[in-house]
Amino acid sequence: MPSFVIDEKCDGCKGGDKTACMYICPNDLMVLDAERMKAYNAEPDMCWECYNCVKICPTQAVEVRGYADFTPLGASVVPMRGTEDIMWTVKFRGGTIKRFKFPIRTTPEGEAKPDGGFGVGPGTLDDQLLFTEPASLKADKLWTLGD
Amino acid sequence: MEEFKTVEVNTDFLVIGAGMAGAGAAVEGGYWAKENNVKMTIVDKAAMERSGAVGMGLSAINQYQGENTPVDYLSYVRQDLMGLCRDDLVMDISRHVNGSVHMFEGFGLPIWTDADGNYVHEGRWQLMINGESYKAIVAEAGKNSVGMENVIERVFVLRLLLDKNDKNRVAGAIGFSVRDPEIYVFKFKACLVCSGGAVHVFRPRSTGEGLGRAWYPPWNAGSSSYLTTTAGAEMTSQEVVFIPARFKDGYGPVGAWFLLFKASATSATGFNYMAEGLAEGGELHNWPPYGEVKPIPTCLRNHLMMIECYRKGEGPIFIHTDKAIAKIAEQAPDEKAYKKEMKKLEAEAWEDFLDMTISQAILWAAKDVFPEEGPSEIMPSEPYFIGSHSGASGAWCSGPEDIQTEESKKEYFWGYNRMTTVKGLFAAGDGVGVSSHKFSSGSFTEGRIAAKAAVKFCVENPEMPEFDQAEVDKLKEEILRPLKHHEAHKNYTTLGTTNKKYDLPVEEVNPNYITPKMAIFRLNKIMDEYVAGWGSQYNCSAVTLNIALDLLKLLKEDLSRLSARNLHELMRCWENVHRVQIAEAHIRHKLFREETRWPGYYYRSDFPKMDEDKWGKVFVNSVYDAEKDEFTMLTRPIIHLVDIKEVVGM
Repeated sequence: MPSFVIDEKCDGCKGGDKTACMYICPNDLMVLDAERMKAYNAEPDMCWECYNCVKICPTQAVEVRGYADFTPLGASVVPMRGTEDIMWTVKFRGGTIKRFKFPIRTTPEGEAKPDGGFGVGPGTLDDQLLFTEPASLKADKLWTLGD
Repeated sequence: MEEFKTVEVNTDFLVIGAGMAGAGAAVEGGYWAKENNVKMTIVDKAAMERSGAVGMGLSAINQYQGENTPVDYLSYVRQDLMGLCRDDLVMDISRHVNGSVHMFEGFGLPIWTDADGNYVHEGRWQLMINGESYKAIVAEAGKNSVGMENVIERVFVLRLLLDKNDKNRVAGAIGFSVRDPEIYVFKFKACLVCSGGAVHVFRPRSTGEGLGRAWYPPWNAGSSSYLTTTAGAEMTSQEVVFIPARFKDGYGPVGAWFLLFKASATSATGFNYMAEGLAEGGELHNWPPYGEVKPIPTCLRNHLMMIECYRKGEGPIFIHTDKAIAKIAEQAPDEKAYKKEMKKLEAEAWEDFLDMTISQAILWAAKDVFPEEGPSEIMPSEPYFIGSHSGASGAWCSGPEDIQTEESKKEYFWGYNRMTTVKGLFAAGDGVGVSSHKFSSGSFTEGRIAAKAAVKFCVENPEMPEFDQAEVDKLKEEILRPLKHHEAHKNYTTLGTTNKKYDLPVEEVNPNYITPKMAIFRLNKIMDEYVAGWGSQYNCSAVTLNIALDLLKLLKEDLSRLSARNLHELMRCWENVHRVQIAEAHIRHKLFREETRWPGYYYRSDFPKMDEDKWGKVFVNSVYDAEKDEFTMLTRPIIHLVDIKEVVGM
């Protein structure tokens, strides 16, 4: 049912004020049952299967089962996201297994510099230059009508 | 019902929504705000790290100019939208977008490069990326620019507030926390609406558990359009929807298959509808001049599919992945090179899904689909509102001062780039109309452009506007009404236990109210059957559109009897209010434009042809009067700033 939480693996992210899946879900679907300290997907038919809850879960308690109204049972797609790359394991209904590994970023987490390394250009509020231009354009000047 | 406290946020510049456009606004605005002592705040319905349409990831950047000029890009956009395009807005994004892409690389986004270190293009404008963390990386740069203390997450902004002394000046906004019982009231000099397009206005093709499997994300509820429309901003081209043709059910991307692997598509009987459509006497020649020039506009590509599927009954449409792979493999000199090439292609094809539409990977795995063994079905989706792609709906905004002619300046420029017709109210991304094909990188770029202009506005208009407190009090009541309504009537009918904060997803039946889920279904049914959804095979007429307006009037009345059991459902209630507004605007625009300009997006069966003389030179715009609940329709001229001698393809 789109994303689901495996009961025995979920610890409710104890110690935090909210679970990781509640923090990240772009559609506000994940909920913590505070009595049992278990998270669950409260509105599975509004799930986009974006996998953000799966990727962020510290105990790998969240997985996805394809939408039942058109996806046959038996397959799984499971990511392991690290700081530099992500490894996907795709298990087919017929038993085939494929693994793929792709890079995800080239800078350490937290260190995306707003200027992208291009520094501050000569622009002012009254002209058309954005703050990193023209350096970020890798061009001498900004194009305008007639150029 | 819990007591709600009010949180007041005083700022100078508020950015509403932090998807790609909002992240661009954060990066750029953060700099100019600090330089000019302007306080800037970002508010997001979700967590900025993964909010918006790029939250899942993307496998390509669809707008990068490279060595091409803004005029080249304009030629492609104008062609794709069947002539409907604001030259100034499109070329403005185009001239800045390379810089944004280079910055993404600097932030840490892996962009594919070849052996010589050059970017790998999927098509002329498209770059391949390892985009799993695209949004997270870009959001991080944005947060680092404005400071995390200026980012408010999980607050849903519902309505803008106008200056009590000048009804054409924005002064504030009101919303609520989707996590805590708190109403948020924002007070500011300027705001930027970049709150996404609209999904689930039309009935999705999958309606069970797969209801959420829209191509565009289900959390995009038409908030950009609602916020600007109800503030009285002039809106444009609300009749233009976008219908992507994608792999069936999973809506996985076909771009890499068509552009990178050069796959072809045919009907079930093997009819190559694209080649035949272009050939002498083919269907595309019925849509001059756009149908006769490559690249074939997106709507016309859909149109050719729809003829096969609906008129000839020769569906489904197959994309021949197997043949494409075989052809690439044939070019390999030996068995070893072939295997190596196949392995590379397989990884590329799967990454296309895993980066941005993981559902499609699950679906292929669950159906044991191997693309090298046989073709797959593609099909047109339900209609979406998305100003950033091959759609055009959004606010009517001022363009840049320097990309204008004397004539266009009178129509397209009023002081601040990307400001709507309401003073202090700016838009970007899906919020801006007729500035199409900006995609992720262009939306980010438009957010940058708008944020810089908004900071300039704050500097030049330093007086803080004031909204009417009585209006705020009234809205507070209205916002919470679904919770109160539920509380007042919930014991009238039976139900199992409902004492937890979020309970089992059970739909209540109660004659006093409708739940948000039923409201969405009611809207979807009206739009699908009368307003040219997939269920009516994308056909409508003045008769069906007027029936839809009658039904929508009843739905609008019933929206005052929406019921919410908790904050999450309260969010759903208000998302539906937002959806219904864009639905009505859309119908009125469709009624007004008496022609079929975008076959393959929708057909006016009572005006089945394109009428270039009457409608080819104008934008259809509208202004909504929230007090009277009335739309005024009008047209604005399409002014070409440059002559296009040759359309530059994909």
